[in-house]
Amino acid sequence: MSFTVARKGDVTIVDVEGQLIVGNRQELKQKVLDEVEKGAKKILIDFSRTGYIDSSGLGVLVSLAKRIRDAGGELRLANLHDELQTLFELTKLDTLFQISKTRDHALESF
Amino acid sequence: MGAAESLDFRIPSDVQYIEAVVVQVVRRCEALDFSRRHTALNVPVALTEAMSNAIQRGNRDDASRDVVVRVAIDETRLVAEVRDEGDGFDLEACTVDATSDDNLHREDGRGLFLMRKLMDRVERFHDGGNVVRLVLHRV
Repeated sequence: MSFTVARKGDVTIVDVEGQLIVGNRQELKQKVLDEVEKGAKKILIDFSRTGYIDSSGLGVLVSLAKRIRDAGGELRLANLHDELQTLFELTKLDTLFQISKTRDHALESF
Repeated sequence: MGAAESLDFRIPSDVQYIEAVVVQVVRRCEALDFSRRHTALNVPVALTEAMSNAIQRGNRDDASRDVVVRVAIDETRLVAEVRDEGDGFDLEACTVDATSDDNLHREDGRGLFLMRKLMDRVERFHDGGNVVRLVLHRV
């Protein structure tokens, strides 16, 4: 599992490869907060290469959304596969995040 | 469960060990034709939650305490028991509705909620330790 940070225009894109779970959630949080610290305002997390997310991973996304919003930025999500979409719906977090079907749609939405 | 296959694990109280256990259980479920939803969502997430709770809350991240996982799987169902060395907890009292307006913005509090949403049955009891039992029917 790994987190890769890239940039397209003024959007910072974070790819989550593998699981986002209790064992690695702090790593994602720190990587994103480092980008916020450096001035990133538009942040997209892409889950096209993600397996599953547990409650700790969901909690970190909630926390990051607030931190980014407090810093005057926006967090958006993209590429949830069917099971991740179901997870967000079960927890109603699909109502909390702006979720795009593809990376391109997400980039256009900022 | 007749000819159910049993998978047994004993891990130290460190969350880094969780994924390796989950991988083996999911692999077995895939071999028995559990659905994609079960193998990509229900089983890995619920089992991760149960083990995470056992390590962090039951054993309080004390590396000298173990978590024991026993999983029985056959073509009809999965039964997973996760045992820690803690005092246990009240499953009903500790489960919160993570989707309520009050809880939706919280960072924590979704673990038991998810376990119970994703499994057909969740039980907690004492049997030589604190045990959480997860039951999921294949069909």
